[in-house]
Amino acid sequence: MARARTPADLVGAQPGPSFEITFDGRPVPALPGQSVAAALWAADILAWRTTRVGGRPRGAFCGIGQCYDCLATINGTPNRRACLVPAGPGDAITTQEGHGHDRLGV
Amino acid sequence: MLTRNSSDVIVVGAGVVGAACAYYAAQAGLTVTVVDRGPVSGGTTGSGEGNLLVSDKEPGPELELALLSIELWRELTELLPPQIEYETKGGLVVAAAEAGMSALRDFAAGQEKAGVRAEEIAADRLHDLEPHLAPGLAGGFHYPQDAQVMPALAAAHLLKAGGDRVRLRLGEEVTGLLTGGHGELRGVSTATGELYAAYVVNAAGTWGGEFAALAGVDLPVLPRRGFVLVTEPLPRVVRRKVYAADYVADVASGSAALQTSAVVEGTAAGPVLIGASRERVGFDRTLSTEVLRRLAAQATALFPVLAGVRAMRTYAGFRPYLPDHLPAIGPDPRVPGLLHACGHEGAGIGLAPATGLIVARCLTGGRPPLDIGPFDPGRFLPRP
Repeated sequence: MARARTPADLVGAQPGPSFEITFDGRPVPALPGQSVAAALWAADILAWRTTRVGGRPRGAFCGIGQCYDCLATINGTPNRRACLVPAGPGDAITTQEGHGHDRLGV
Repeated sequence: MLTRNSSDVIVVGAGVVGAACAYYAAQAGLTVTVVDRGPVSGGTTGSGEGNLLVSDKEPGPELELALLSIELWRELTELLPPQIEYETKGGLVVAAAEAGMSALRDFAAGQEKAGVRAEEIAADRLHDLEPHLAPGLAGGFHYPQDAQVMPALAAAHLLKAGGDRVRLRLGEEVTGLLTGGHGELRGVSTATGELYAAYVVNAAGTWGGEFAALAGVDLPVLPRRGFVLVTEPLPRVVRRKVYAADYVADVASGSAALQTSAVVEGTAAGPVLIGASRERVGFDRTLSTEVLRRLAAQATALFPVLAGVRAMRTYAGFRPYLPDHLPAIGPDPRVPGLLHACGHEGAGIGLAPATGLIVARCLTGGRPPLDIGPFDPGRFLPRP
């Protein structure tokens, strides 16, 4: 059986030292250049948003910025596409409930 | 009789006005073929906000039509499914300064005599109605009769409610009119064949002038372009249709030049819709960043909270504009059997049911529900 290889192995990547981001307060490691979605997936986190009507879980689907399924609240701003936003040291990712703008409601 | 190629009436146009004509004609016992070169709601019906408004109309024939339509929409919503998103949300017109407020007062006083309900809202009460409104406004008027539907679905469900007497032929362009030996209408020819009926209703909206030309008559319908800016989905941040007082003047203007005024409203689906622009540039769909810039600036001036949310997309449509801002409804005096139901400008969703009812009465020889003289399609002919 072939040895399991990570995408980083496959492209021969030599990333710089990893850093930490947080998901709902818990630390998650990330590599320079990695998208938020990739870092969350690497930590076995597959869902970081709930749908507006049914409250169902959502995470990355297309992974290339087209489907808008992977929306997350990043550093307090809702509706960021986690698959496109590069992770940065100290980024705080929080589960987005629905549209993520609850506090604006009247 | 409804056979494959013949019916009592052919309605050209599957927008909301065509749907209402078909529905009321079917209710009156007639069989109807609705033919459209595109899909249901593929033209102006699908490019608007779905407003059923009385607040922006001065006393006169259009307001009478709107008041009747508001009642008819209320009846229709008992029959149509909730998917049409009928919402009696009300309208709020706001003035930035006292001069604007006094103009609104005069306008509302005239409307109240015509049967519109309007309530003056003092500056210190505006935020009870709309908590996110900008500070410093002079006041406003609340119009509880204003309502909204999701226009594309409303047209589709209205067509469906017509039942077995209504047949749809989509993706089929009308290429000409068929006439008999005495010049009487016999139907229409389309790209794929001939359809027969003694009556043909022009519900082609902004393309109503082009269709009239096929019948050899002139009807000066012109496109008046408008853009709508759509935000990301939000909780209810705007409760009503809220617009600035200068919107009424823009609607009534005959100028071809660009006019914009802030019109802001939420939707059942979440996004806030931001309008409104008006300009006569033909059927040019080119995106205008200048229009979008002005819409965004005016909307955020009215609702500063919108500066912190994202605009997701924009769409454009063409209002069917007639030079006196009134629709053409009723028989064409020049072509026996041809009726018009087009030219409703930006008010077609609101005015559709009354228009459909009038057309059905004309087709069955009944009495129209109101004086249709002002909507006479022959009014643009040179006076002898």
